[in-house]
Amino acid sequence: MTKLLILTVVVLGILAVAQLARVYELTSKLRGKREEDITPADNRMNAMLMWLFPIAYFGFFLWLVLAYGDKMLPVAASTQGADTDWLLALNWWIIIPVFFITNILLFYFAGKYVYDKNRKAHWQPHDNKLELAWTIAPAIVLFVIIILGLTTWQRITSPASPEAMRMELYAKQFDWTARYPGTDGMLGATDFRLINGDNPLGIVTEKTIDKRMAELVQERADAVASLDQVLPDSKVAEIEHRIEYLDRMAARIVNLRLVMQQDIKAKGEASTYLHGADDVVTKDFYLPANRETDIVIRSRDIIHSAYIPHLRIQMNAVPGMTTSMKVVPTITTDSMRTIPEVVRQVEEINAIRLPQGKSEYVFDFLLLCNKICGASHYNMQMPLIVTSAGDFDAWLAEANKKPFEAMPDTASPAMTDTTNTSAGADSMAVAVADGQAPNP
Amino acid sequence: MGAHAHAADAGHAAGHHAHHHHQESFISKWVFSQDHKMIGKQFLVTAIIMAWVAVIMSLIFRLQLAWPEEGFAFSNFFLGDKWAPGGVLDSNMYLALVTIHGTIMVFFVLTGGLSGTFANLLIPLQVGARDMASGFINMLSYWFFFLSSVTMLSSLFVEGGPASAGWTIYPPLSALPKAMPGSGAGMNLWLISMTLFIASSLMGGLNYVVTILNLRTKGMKMTRLPLTIWAIFLTAVLGVLSFPVLLSAALLLLLDRTIGTSFYLSDIYIAGEALEQTGGSPILFQHLFWFLGHPEVYIVLLPALGITSEIISTNSRKPIFGYRAMIGSILAIGFLSFIVWGHHMFITGMNPFLGSVFVATTLLIAIPSAVKVFNYITTLWRGNIVLTPGMLFSIGLVATFIAGGLTGIILADSALDIAVHDTYFVVAHFHIVMGMSAIFGMFAGIYHWFPKMYGKMMNTKLGYAHFWITFICAFGVFFPMHFIGLAGAPRRYYSYTEFPMFDSVVDLNIVVTVFAIIGALAQVLFTYNFFYSVYRGPKAVQNPWKSNTLEWTTPVEHIHGNWPGPIPTVHRWPYDYSKPGKAEDWVSQITPLDHGEEEH
Repeated sequence: MTKLLILTVVVLGILAVAQLARVYELTSKLRGKREEDITPADNRMNAMLMWLFPIAYFGFFLWLVLAYGDKMLPVAASTQGADTDWLLALNWWIIIPVFFITNILLFYFAGKYVYDKNRKAHWQPHDNKLELAWTIAPAIVLFVIIILGLTTWQRITSPASPEAMRMELYAKQFDWTARYPGTDGMLGATDFRLINGDNPLGIVTEKTIDKRMAELVQERADAVASLDQVLPDSKVAEIEHRIEYLDRMAARIVNLRLVMQQDIKAKGEASTYLHGADDVVTKDFYLPANRETDIVIRSRDIIHSAYIPHLRIQMNAVPGMTTSMKVVPTITTDSMRTIPEVVRQVEEINAIRLPQGKSEYVFDFLLLCNKICGASHYNMQMPLIVTSAGDFDAWLAEANKKPFEAMPDTASPAMTDTTNTSAGADSMAVAVADGQAPNP
Repeated sequence: MGAHAHAADAGHAAGHHAHHHHQESFISKWVFSQDHKMIGKQFLVTAIIMAWVAVIMSLIFRLQLAWPEEGFAFSNFFLGDKWAPGGVLDSNMYLALVTIHGTIMVFFVLTGGLSGTFANLLIPLQVGARDMASGFINMLSYWFFFLSSVTMLSSLFVEGGPASAGWTIYPPLSALPKAMPGSGAGMNLWLISMTLFIASSLMGGLNYVVTILNLRTKGMKMTRLPLTIWAIFLTAVLGVLSFPVLLSAALLLLLDRTIGTSFYLSDIYIAGEALEQTGGSPILFQHLFWFLGHPEVYIVLLPALGITSEIISTNSRKPIFGYRAMIGSILAIGFLSFIVWGHHMFITGMNPFLGSVFVATTLLIAIPSAVKVFNYITTLWRGNIVLTPGMLFSIGLVATFIAGGLTGIILADSALDIAVHDTYFVVAHFHIVMGMSAIFGMFAGIYHWFPKMYGKMMNTKLGYAHFWITFICAFGVFFPMHFIGLAGAPRRYYSYTEFPMFDSVVDLNIVVTVFAIIGALAQVLFTYNFFYSVYRGPKAVQNPWKSNTLEWTTPVEHIHGNWPGPIPTVHRWPYDYSKPGKAEDWVSQITPLDHGEEEH
């Protein structure tokens, strides 16, 4: 019924408009007015609007600044953030006066020189000196902006100092995981082919390779066994495809083991393949204040982006690559919570939330995903806790008690012993791939 | 001399040809027309329809952003229970809508509808040619555009929904159907649609370049061309050089999606399985995409700037200030636009030194842009200004270009971009330069050249209402976004309810949405005015705006070959407005010089 009513209203509305249009047509004809002849009244009306508009425009801008200017991000809590904020302020000091001057001239001229048939416009097609002036002036200003911008950029993107702790942020649809280097101070090597429920980040150790190999062997055996049933052709093809895939995966993991062994032979203790077992994989993301951390960023599936607005840092997480960004936080979480600006902002937010029955907001640094990544892109976050260096060391010591692999990796001799069970498992897998039955 | 004689002969011969009245059927006149004027109108009407689809999409996702937990019958009406159950937008469909909204607006409306319409309409008329160099290829360029539009719209109806990885469709998200439903069949259709679109663009662009270089009438030196033609010329060159790169990006993506190649893919574990592709890089796609993507935004903007030069000059009754400087700026913008693409990629993990190069080139492009703005303002100074709706939109373009261009300076600075990349600050910037400047150029062009397109006049009062409401509402929509972005709010977020830290700025989303709704309604005024005037507008005179350019020397009723007799010869540049010593405040380009008169 309502739909019918709406339809009727719409149709009647269209008819009404059509009739009004006919009336307008007829009256125009009677008045002998042509659409292209802009009457002096219309010119003056629009000219007046050209003078009134900037008042509304600038007024709107001013209102936004006054009402929302203090709801922007609070003081930057990192050294590069402070740099960035200073540079931004400089840019505003240049841009905003240019904005006002050019707009004022534009609207002023648009309204001032109203058409008068008894007047002729001023004939001046060009002025080369003026062109030169207003080419060179912006060029100089932009040159200054370029220099200052690039020196800041260079400071931000220069390599981290060798003493900085490297820790990792790992992104996947739709959450973040942090990884700390453990007691050996080095992040272990990773490989995406080792990812499973126990090893969500794909850390490489002898054990993870063994486990993954065993999984592949088991899955292959199950698949082969399932072929004994009566199945439709498409299902058989699917299973055979799967078996081929598993064989290729197994071969690559055999290869990974070889690569690992070669790397250890070449680099000894420095090889990252020896440093994965003690890594700390955690949902707790902590950073020490006033100390440089080099954050290494990886992704499991698609591009994400690690964005921490309060620190003014951001870097994409790209599958197949390792990206990094260094940071020196300057204000701890606890300190931020006492800064007057932040206290006020938190109060304002709670003044909105609490009456709506929502939970109370307490300030936290936040890691957000900032590159479109699918259905839950809007809720891919992890809190960050910045503590004093001393508190951080204490936290890290506790965290190091829960390494990725509870038992540390055994000593080197096991690596070069080719008769150990890992190689045995590999040859089993290879034998299976060749169609032989596995030896018990 | 030889070139001019040849053009005159060609004109002469074609003039003869025009007199042999070839039988036109309905199909050859209205459907598969090879007449550039009809093709221009076909592009325009298709673009208007596509624009409405994109506007409705934007209203749906704006409702979601302003009132995140509420259901709207409006959304349920268009999306049904699958994608808007209870009127609440599904989060996958949210991403699909912003993707298709962007794709339609950038490509179909602001490229197809701006270049396609005005290049086709104006090039032969303003350079003095009977038609485009190849009417047949021109006809194909429209019909490929049409097919591309149909394909894009058809992607809305597949089960997984249309492409949803943003209009920039970065892999691996756009390469892996398992990553999001829109990366299934919808993404394939997107790629097919864009392939057809690129074919259309290339065919058009080649025609434009060839016609401008080879088919100018006698006396039409390059330095007597209207700035609209200069702008469209550079636009066509940009398109011809950059669209093929997008085609290559799309082709490689299609291969990654279908036959297991690894151009963009490496080390991916998704949906419980390690994929077998290794060695590729998603960043390769971004380089290929943005190599087109950046020139593309100048392809969108330059015609609007060219149109503005024409309209501001005509309606100020004054020559465009700094004609040669304007040409120089167009050339500088065109050239620089090819070496700035990396500014979209500062935080991809690309080599920082490479980033620095792009900072420098991007900030440099601000110089010719500023020069253009100063020249527009100086054209108005001491003019004798007639405020037609076209003139209002042109002045509006300059205002919006100032705002959008200035925030570009912040985004060009990589150190600052780190803090605002992919936030609403970027959304504000590109909407102001495209969703305001470029679209204003398109509106200005439509109001100004409507009499030439349809031989009728649009209603002026409705035009005024359309302009002022749109101008106010557009600022109301996009200005607050700067603040939302500076507060740290990312773009392409379905809602901000999971982030208390944004609670004090998200009510700005309500301001934005309300202005968006009113602004959208104002476009109803325009659409009504446009279509009503096509059929029942008052008949136009030959030169309603008393403009100097060649198109106004053709008869009001369209004829094949444009001029009934020989093509006129050009004796002067197009900007002799209010020239001292002349009785009228305009002098057509075809008027010979007086005895003793100096050409500018």
